[in-house]
Amino acid sequence: MEQDLLLLDAIERYYRGEMSHEEAAQFEELRKSNAHIDQLAVEHIFFLEQLDNLSKISNLKSVMNSVEDKLELEGAINFKNSKLKAKVVHIWKRYKRTISVAAAAAVLVSIFTATGVSFLSQNKKSALTPLVDNKINQLENKLNQMESKLNHVASTKTPFTANFRATGFLLDGRGYVITNAHVVSRAKNLIVENQQGNQYAATAVYTNPITDLAILKITDSSFKKVKSIPYNLAKSGSSLAEQIFTLGYPREDIVYNQGYLSATTGYSGDTSAYQISISVNPGNSGGPVLDKKGEVIGIISSKETNADGVVFAIKSKSIIEAVKEMKEKTGDSIRIPSNNTLKGHSRVQQIDSIENYIFKVKGN
Amino acid sequence: MHRQVNTFDDEKALLRGLSTHDPLAIEMIYRQSFGPIQSFVIKNNGFSDDARDVFQEAMVILFENAQSESFELTCRIRTYLYSICRRLWLKKIEREKRFYTGSFDTLNEIVPVEDDLEMHEKKDADLQLMDEALGKIGEPCKSLLEAFYIQKKSMPEIAESFGYTNADNAKTQKYKCLMRLKKLFFSRYKNED
Repeated sequence: MEQDLLLLDAIERYYRGEMSHEEAAQFEELRKSNAHIDQLAVEHIFFLEQLDNLSKISNLKSVMNSVEDKLELEGAINFKNSKLKAKVVHIWKRYKRTISVAAAAAVLVSIFTATGVSFLSQNKKSALTPLVDNKINQLENKLNQMESKLNHVASTKTPFTANFRATGFLLDGRGYVITNAHVVSRAKNLIVENQQGNQYAATAVYTNPITDLAILKITDSSFKKVKSIPYNLAKSGSSLAEQIFTLGYPREDIVYNQGYLSATTGYSGDTSAYQISISVNPGNSGGPVLDKKGEVIGIISSKETNADGVVFAIKSKSIIEAVKEMKEKTGDSIRIPSNNTLKGHSRVQQIDSIENYIFKVKGN
Repeated sequence: MHRQVNTFDDEKALLRGLSTHDPLAIEMIYRQSFGPIQSFVIKNNGFSDDARDVFQEAMVILFENAQSESFELTCRIRTYLYSICRRLWLKKIEREKRFYTGSFDTLNEIVPVEDDLEMHEKKDADLQLMDEALGKIGEPCKSLLEAFYIQKKSMPEIAESFGYTNADNAKTQKYKCLMRLKKLFFSRYKNED
């Protein structure tokens, strides 16, 4: 052992350059003549290098930590949302149960996909694109801010900086808006904005990741209750080839699109959804799908990434169920619109009366 | 408010500073580069703490590069760090499926960093091994070895703070600990390969 200790000590002094020229030369000679010692030296030097790396990086990290502390104290770097985080953690905890249920359901879905449809296509689940527009970039943010400043010249509210946008529509004149659960699931703050650019703070009062439906309640006092909503929810199923149309916010302005119902089931036979053929883009998520009578037959949720014009819409029946479930859970009852005043009107007239009830859902 | 570093020589000086753990250089790099990275992470479903973590990792990568003589930075430090952090964060959210699809990109310039990341991953795995091995040998070995090899304290210093009667005693103890650490490290290391 004594000898090994001396040898390792020599290797370390050699590695650190602590040997004199002569000693180093002798040591190199020894390595050349003795393969065993050479191997030991190679191994130990490699080991020392690893330790050295660890040392350097842990030193670097400790310097970085003190620099961060300094900058934070100084306010030079604004480590944002440290307070917000606590709130989000709280929300996360509250929804943890629902989320784990959803995760379990997702596993089920993927197993089903793997066995049931694997001969058609692999990994199709990942090919579904939720249609939330989160590409709002800085420029657009600036534009939005300017826009809302113009809209609120008199108001003192600070403009809301959103990092995603989707669509939702009024379900109850007292300020209940329905949209997709995936739209609001990661949002810390939510607002809904009508076509005129009026923004109202809202909170998600119901989310169900399994059906992908969420109900928001407008909490803003500036929101005026709506007496009657022109569309109603279809109670029976729709037929193949039926003409449909949608309104949504793939951009800041409301966009109309039309198409037809291409299948009475959704992705991989999902009976709670329709497949529709229509052109939609990120931002259309949560938009209503209406038939020619002006009945809401569904709500746009996702599209298939690999195929063109394959869009899925959750059936209106699920919305009605969601409303029931919400009542059971929270006691909030929603009066689902039952009067339809759109029947028999031209499409232009229909859109004219609907568009005020379609909202942008924004959040950050 | 702060001097905007943009000449080539200034950038080189910062890199040299980083490679010697110079707090001033590191502070300057933070001031110049952290902001856009933080916005990117937060806009893509992260928190401030996530931004700090990816930034620190990117700094480690830049540091490792700065150590090697052959390394030449072909873009500005902030661009390089932004590109690294962007990759790291996108990878992470992809792994955790934290996001829907697509992601928000700011309008910052990016450069390809895949090769650097791959190299770093290998290095990082080795470091992890060493870190874990150190965690497993137990006390007082861990502290003793860390004092010598990580904090680079001298043997007499260590003998005093650990209560050994002399430096030679400490050295014998260190040797025993070192052998255990090596055994642990190499048994894992050879298995990994």
